[in-house]
Amino acid sequence: MPEVATRELTFAQAIREALAEEMRRDSRVCVFGEDVAEAGTPFKVLSGLVDEFGAERVMDTPISEAGFTGMGVGAAMTGLRPVVDIMFGDFLTLTMDQMVNQAAKVHYMSGGTWKVPMVLRTTLGATRRSAAQHSQSLHAWLSHVPGLKVVMPSTPYDAKGLLKTAIRDENPVVFFEDKMMYKQKGPVPEEDYTIPLGVADVKREGEDITIVATSSMVQVALGAAELLEKIGVSAEVIDPRTTWPLDEKTLIESAKRTSRAMVVDEGYGRYGVTGEIASVIAEGAFYNLEAPVKRMGAMHVPIPFSPPLEDVTVPTEQTLFEAARALCGKG
Amino acid sequence: MTIATEQSKANATLKAEQWMRMYRRMVMIREFEEQVNELYTRALMPGLAHLYVGEEAVAVGICEALRSTDYITSTHRGHGHCVAKGASPDRMFAELLGKEAGYCRGKGGSMHIADPATGNLGANAIVGGSAGIATGAALSSKRMGTGQVAVCFFGEGALGQGVLYEVMNLAALWKLPVIYVCENNLYTEYTHYSETTAGDVLARGTAFGVQAESVNGQDVRAVYATAQRLVDRARKGDGPAFLVCETYRYTGHHVGDINREYYRSKQEEQEWKTKRDPIKNFSEWLVEHKLSDEGKLKEIQEEVRAEMKAAVEFAIAAPYPTPDQVDQDVYA
Ligand SMILES: Cc1ncc(C[n+]2csc(CCOP(=O)(O)OP(=O)(O)O)c2C)c(N)n1
Ligand SMILES: [Mg+2]
Repeated sequence: MPEVATRELTFAQAIREALAEEMRRDSRVCVFGEDVAEAGTPFKVLSGLVDEFGAERVMDTPISEAGFTGMGVGAAMTGLRPVVDIMFGDFLTLTMDQMVNQAAKVHYMSGGTWKVPMVLRTTLGATRRSAAQHSQSLHAWLSHVPGLKVVMPSTPYDAKGLLKTAIRDENPVVFFEDKMMYKQKGPVPEEDYTIPLGVADVKREGEDITIVATSSMVQVALGAAELLEKIGVSAEVIDPRTTWPLDEKTLIESAKRTSRAMVVDEGYGRYGVTGEIASVIAEGAFYNLEAPVKRMGAMHVPIPFSPPLEDVTVPTEQTLFEAARALCGKG
Repeated sequence: MTIATEQSKANATLKAEQWMRMYRRMVMIREFEEQVNELYTRALMPGLAHLYVGEEAVAVGICEALRSTDYITSTHRGHGHCVAKGASPDRMFAELLGKEAGYCRGKGGSMHIADPATGNLGANAIVGGSAGIATGAALSSKRMGTGQVAVCFFGEGALGQGVLYEVMNLAALWKLPVIYVCENNLYTEYTHYSETTAGDVLARGTAFGVQAESVNGQDVRAVYATAQRLVDRARKGDGPAFLVCETYRYTGHHVGDINREYYRSKQEEQEWKTKRDPIKNFSEWLVEHKLSDEGKLKEIQEEVRAEMKAAVEFAIAAPYPTPDQVDQDVYA
């Protein structure tokens, strides 16, 4: 990589910067959702955006997720490039007809004549003590649907570069932000850059086991990799960054080399992202694998409020470390 | 003549008792929320909570018109509804702290308190999320002939949700005993409702032929009188109602919303607190009509405060659920 000037930004700042830059670049880009203007969203991700771009382009909506998501679809079809804000990923359920039956299918059903260049930004992630209706990670639902692209950044750098690409994409893109990550800092270049969708990133190189981790689970996997290092296991951590398109090749190649693979994701394991990725690896690297691909996701329960209960529902450094150790026969 | 006088005297005593019960309930809600704020500031409560301070007359006035078997559904700002429907503060606090003794065994927390014993179908953290549930409860009541009424509490923010209009239409078509109680506290999170709500609010009910009325939500007597009429009507089989209660939340959207001046002025808050406080105004009325006196009211306040403190202590001392409970109750 050539030398570039970077500074430390939080995950939230990186997102705001991506939006601001795209809004400056392209007057068709606009944002709408609940409390996005003066309030800058409850997590303050969009603070200040309305000051620069005005209420015409940063629009507060009523609490009408189905309605304004549908408007995002229609506006995208007819010339705007809307970035729709759904405050909590749990409220995606209210937008499902608009996203699944409308946004995802318009291009195909119209024989490629209409297109829907919109982005829907929302959150995922538990452990904020917000209980069952504010803690879900529902990205698998959207990843299931042909016509939608799904992005799940794990660093400020990735968040900025991927969001810019998502906004420029000609398709509906769903962009998941881990709400526990907004204050996390990381280096972000000063200059303009984008990251293509469908390209995985090796977050840590290693030889003995491949850990594929998404979004909130990338930091967990990096922590587990440190623990594994101490017992002499060298773990490679790969972040696919987008669940669709999926960079199958990078995942398979890594697993072929290390001969063992685990997949960790904060969604439910059942019929989820881990199942999909594990089967991609199992098929692609079958002859090189020394053990079945292991997967870890949220426990199959609605996320409970009580801290001692909530804490056991999501994979942690320790539980991931132990599972990886067992997979490597070092248990 | 004598019999009639005696009866009206008896009625008056009953009424006095009732007023005092309503007063106590309002004070309970306020003191409950004081303690919640305290728990938050002392970092003893996980997560956040949405306080009902300022809106006490709505929950109390409505629930006073209900039987214990009648149903309610509640919201993210739901502590007041639970107390008004008869929930006990110790189990509520236990729930807020995620303890096993809580109403939901710690699984629900502040936004999901449910209690079949008091007809509470549950608080909902999805805005508008309980509109269907309340209307479905009214359907059960009608089909099974139980005479129960269902009250659906929601903030004016829920006026943005389409599901509300779908079920209002159904409730009107099927003459269901459900009351949609809109607590218009003027704000949806950090946005004034006038910025998100077009047209006439009451007309949203009348358009479906639903009896629609509004009431000063800071006047517990007015809320009660209106609720009583609408509940009786629904119970008799005359169909649903839509009641808009004009009210105000004194504190932030949630306990962490401290600096609010970018969306509403301190002066506005002060005006509601000093001129339209539901407890203060009701106290004055009680004294003026010799139904109570300052000393007695103060006594009640102190009793309630002590009760709340004890309830908090109970909750703090109560054990957490053991982690093995995490996968219990996913299925019935
Ligand atoms: C469907 C849905 N969208 C958004 C939210 C986030 N949210 C929680 S409370 C709230 C404002 C609700 O305002 P209102 O209904 O007026 O109730 P109040 O808080 O004023 O009591 C919002 C937007 C939510 N919980 N559910
Ligand atoms: Mg409100």
